[in-house]
Amino acid sequence: MTPRHVAVVGAGPAGLAAAQAALAAGARVTLIDSAEQPGGQYHRMLPDAYAAERPGELHHGWTAFERRRRQVLTHPRCSWLAETSVWALERTGRDRPPRVHLLCDGPVDGSGRTRRTLDVDALVLATGAHDRVLPFPGWQLPGVFTAGAAQALAKGERVVVGDRVVVAGSGPFLLPVAASLLEAGSRVREVLEANTPGTVARGWGRRPWELAAQLGKTAELAEYAAALTRNRVPYRLGRTVVEARGAGRVEEIVTARLRPDWSVIQGTERTVPVDALCVSHGFSPQLELPVAAGCALRDGEFVAVDDEQRTSVPGVFAAGEITGIAGAPAARAEGAVAGWAAAGGSVTDAGPVADAGPVTAAGPVTAAGPVTAAGPDADAGPVADAGPATAGRRTAAGGTRSARALRVLRRSRDQGRAFARRLAQAHPIGTGWPGWLRSDTLVCRCEETDYGALCSAFGSEAESAPRVAKLGTRAGLGPCQARICGPTVAELRARLGGGLQDRPADRPAEGLPTASPHTRPIAQPIRLGELAASPTPPIPTDPPEESSP
Amino acid sequence: MSPRLVPTGSDSTGRRDRPLRITVDGEPADGIEGQTLAGVLLASGRLAWRTGPSGAGRGAFCGIGVCFDCLVTVNGDRDVRACRRRAVDGDVVRTQSRTRPPAPPAPPARPGAQAEEGE
Repeated sequence: MTPRHVAVVGAGPAGLAAAQAALAAGARVTLIDSAEQPGGQYHRMLPDAYAAERPGELHHGWTAFERRRRQVLTHPRCSWLAETSVWALERTGRDRPPRVHLLCDGPVDGSGRTRRTLDVDALVLATGAHDRVLPFPGWQLPGVFTAGAAQALAKGERVVVGDRVVVAGSGPFLLPVAASLLEAGSRVREVLEANTPGTVARGWGRRPWELAAQLGKTAELAEYAAALTRNRVPYRLGRTVVEARGAGRVEEIVTARLRPDWSVIQGTERTVPVDALCVSHGFSPQLELPVAAGCALRDGEFVAVDDEQRTSVPGVFAAGEITGIAGAPAARAEGAVAGWAAAGGSVTDAGPVADAGPVTAAGPVTAAGPVTAAGPDADAGPVADAGPATAGRRTAAGGTRSARALRVLRRSRDQGRAFARRLAQAHPIGTGWPGWLRSDTLVCRCEETDYGALCSAFGSEAESAPRVAKLGTRAGLGPCQARICGPTVAELRARLGGGLQDRPADRPAEGLPTASPHTRPIAQPIRLGELAASPTPPIPTDPPEESSP
Repeated sequence: MSPRLVPTGSDSTGRRDRPLRITVDGEPADGIEGQTLAGVLLASGRLAWRTGPSGAGRGAFCGIGVCFDCLVTVNGDRDVRACRRRAVDGDVVRTQSRTRPPAPPAPPARPGAQAEEGE
C-alpha cells in the first residue's frame, strides 16, 4: 500500500521531530524550510562554508539534534526541501489538507525561482515564532536589534552586534541571548527583565512540581545565569528600556523602573551609553500559514489543537511555538505527536499502530522517552534512533511499546504546556507599557505611523474599524505586512477604543472575514514574474527517484 | 564600536574563513563565505543601509526575515532580505530607500506586494 505523504513546514525542533516520527510511522515525508539547514532558530547552524571544527560548541543538545537531523535527511522516504518558501496554502474545498504552494531552487528572495505545488495526505505546520518587540521612542534607530537577531547573528554566523550591549524585555530568552553575546566577546552591561521580582516569583513559584519536569530547561537556564554571574552582568528585574537615543544610530538608552503593570516609576530613569540594544518582550507565533489553511485560533493568538495536535482543519496538524510559547523540549514533543498522528500512526493507547504500522522492537518511540529525560543532551527525542521502521514487523509487543512511548510523549507534551502557562504567568506583558510612548513614537516601523496617529484613528468611531484605520494610518501596510506591529496595533485599538462598545466598526463588513493581524494570503514575498510563470508540474506523489540534497 | 565578526583565532567553533568581496553602492565590502549579506554589511562597519519614509536610516532589526527593514537590491533583484540571503563573492549590492517626496497618498498596497520601494 502506498504510504501516506506528510508535508512538514518548518524544520526547527518541532518540525524535525514531526518528520522523524512520521517517518517512523511509515509515511513518506517532505520536509520544507526556508533556511539551508534544519534547526530553526533554536538550533541555528553555522554555515557549511565556515567548516567549523566544533559546530556544536554553541548549542544545547547538539549531539541529539545532529543525530536526528542526519537520520531524517538521509531517510529514503524523506525529501528535504531547503531554502524553499511556502508562499501560499490553497484550500481546495475537499476534505483534505490545502494545496501547498512552494518557491524552490533559488537564493532567498531571488528572481526566477521555480513555483511548484504539493498535494499531500497530511500537513504539519511548525513555523515557529519571532520576537515580539513593543514600541518605545527610538526603537527604529540602527543598533537596536531584536534579541533574536543578536542571537541569530552570533550563533548563526559569528557576528556580534556591539561591544557595549544592553539586553532588555521579558522572559527567559533574554538569558541565552546575553550568554551568546558574552561568549562572542561582547560586554553586556546589564540584562533587564521588565517584570518585577514579585510577578516572576509568583509565576514560576506556582505549582513547582511542574517545573521539576523541565529539569533540562532549568539546567540550561542555570548555565546562562552562571555565565552572567561569571561576567558580573547584573540581571535587574522590574526595569526596562523606555527610550533609545542617538544621531543616526543608538548611542544611549534610558531605562526606568516599572511597576508590576509595567507603568514607569517617574524619577527612576537612568541613562546608559550603549552601542547596541537587544530587545524582546515575548514572541509572536508565525500564523499566516495556519490562518491561510483555515485553522481555528485559541485566544486569537495561537493555533488551537487537540490531544493529537490536530487543528480544526482536516489533515492539518500544528506543533511548536505556533500552538503556545513553551520552548524547544515541548516543541519536540508536540512535533513527535503531530508527525506520528499525521502519518496515521495509532494514537490510542489500546492498539498497535494502525495501517502505517511498523513498530519494531526498536520502537518508533523509545519507551525511555525523550523530553521527559530532558537534560539538554538527553533530549534524544521522542523517536528512537533506530532509524526507519521496518515494514511488516508490527507485533503485539511493538504495539504495547508504541502505546507506552506515546503516553510518555504526551506526558512530555503536557508538561511542556504546563511550562508554557507558567512562563506566561511569570513573564506577562504588563498593561502599562503605552505609558512610555510619546505622540511621535513610531508604532509601525515600515510606514512610520506614530502613536498619535493611531490614538486619533482609534478614538474616532468613523475611523476605528481595523480596515479603515489601516488604510487611514497605513499601519501594517508596509513591507513587513504587520508582522511586527500587527499585535501591537490590535492591542492599542482594543484599549484606545475601549469606551466605544459594540461599535458598528467592530462588526465584520459583509462578505469579508473578520480582520486579523495574521491574515497574509501571500505568506512570503513572491515576484510578479514568478507568479506569472506557469508552475512546474506538481511534485510527484510517488516516492522520489533520488533523494533531495 | 560597531558590529564585528568574532576573530577566527578566538572563535570557539574553530571555523576556517574563506574571504569574499561584494560591492555596496560601488564600494567594496569584505566578508567570509557563509555570511549573510546583513552579516557582511554589519561586520564591515555599516549599521544602516536603507532609509525609511522619513529618510531615517535602517539596517538589520529582526535578523530572521520578518521585519523587512534590511532590504537591499542584489545583482539587480530588488527587495532582497539581507539578513537571509547568503553573500556570494562578487555580489553587487545597492541600497534602497523608501523616502518619498511629498506627494499624493499612494494607493493601498496589496498583501505581499513588495514592489513599492523606489531606489
